[in-house]
Amino acid sequence: MSMKATVRQVDSVTVVDVSGRITLGEACKELRELIRGELGKGHKSILLNLADVTYIDSSGIGELVSAFTAVSSQGGKLKLLKLTKKVHDLLQITKLYTVFDIHDDEAGAVSSF
Amino acid sequence: MNHEASIVEVILESKLENVEQAEEAARGVSAKLKFDEEAQFQIEMAVHEAVINAIHHGNKEDPSKKVYIKFLVSEDRLEIHVRDEGVGFDPSTLPDPLARENLLNISGRGIFLVRKFMDEFRVENPPGGGTEVIMVKHLGSRIQSNQGGTGREHEGDSASG
Repeated sequence: MSMKATVRQVDSVTVVDVSGRITLGEACKELRELIRGELGKGHKSILLNLADVTYIDSSGIGELVSAFTAVSSQGGKLKLLKLTKKVHDLLQITKLYTVFDIHDDEAGAVSSF
Repeated sequence: MNHEASIVEVILESKLENVEQAEEAARGVSAKLKFDEEAQFQIEMAVHEAVINAIHHGNKEDPSKKVYIKFLVSEDRLEIHVRDEGVGFDPSTLPDPLARENLLNISGRGIFLVRKFMDEFRVENPPGGGTEVIMVKHLGSRIQSNQGGTGREHEGDSASG
């Protein structure tokens, strides 16, 4: 299953619902372009909902980092929502768990911006 | 599958989408060996990263070049070989992705994850050229699951998917 990402606006927060596989190639490229596109529209509060991500590889993790730094460098915030166990574990192993602001509840995540 | 010296081989063209065939083979072999779900995921991910490395960095996604994957099962170990037709790399030169200055690097975590998830890891340069990544999971780790693991056993959700 390839990656799908849809964007919705909740209050002032741009929620990106991501599903499928975030791996090297098209998926990483699509995610990068989507984040850059949202920044281009002035959307600097971005919440990535990863609840339906079935697989992420090292390049996908790198893409999350890239998104985080791109948003931060423009004075915005990128947060993560609803990690699967696998994504959670990979972020722990790579010591990125403390870098990202991670939430399990969407309403709480939205109000935290 | 006979656990003594059985071999599964997969040969792939160097296209990124072909990595899923390698993952499927890894899942099949590790399930037959009765690794637990966590170890199966670790093996699948290690194969994914090694094959992506071979396709992307080794063979530069040139479809005329192949990636050769071999699963060798002996009494006490699953040994996986991933060979490409590239110029090779020295894993000792790779930066530590956990170092503070590298934490926000976009790349450089693939081989780190292979090392983390497998019990043994080495890189060889076979006489015929190319690079061969060799990684081992001890069958003993089937009953010592979560070793080198991920520490989230309290969570109820599944590691599969």
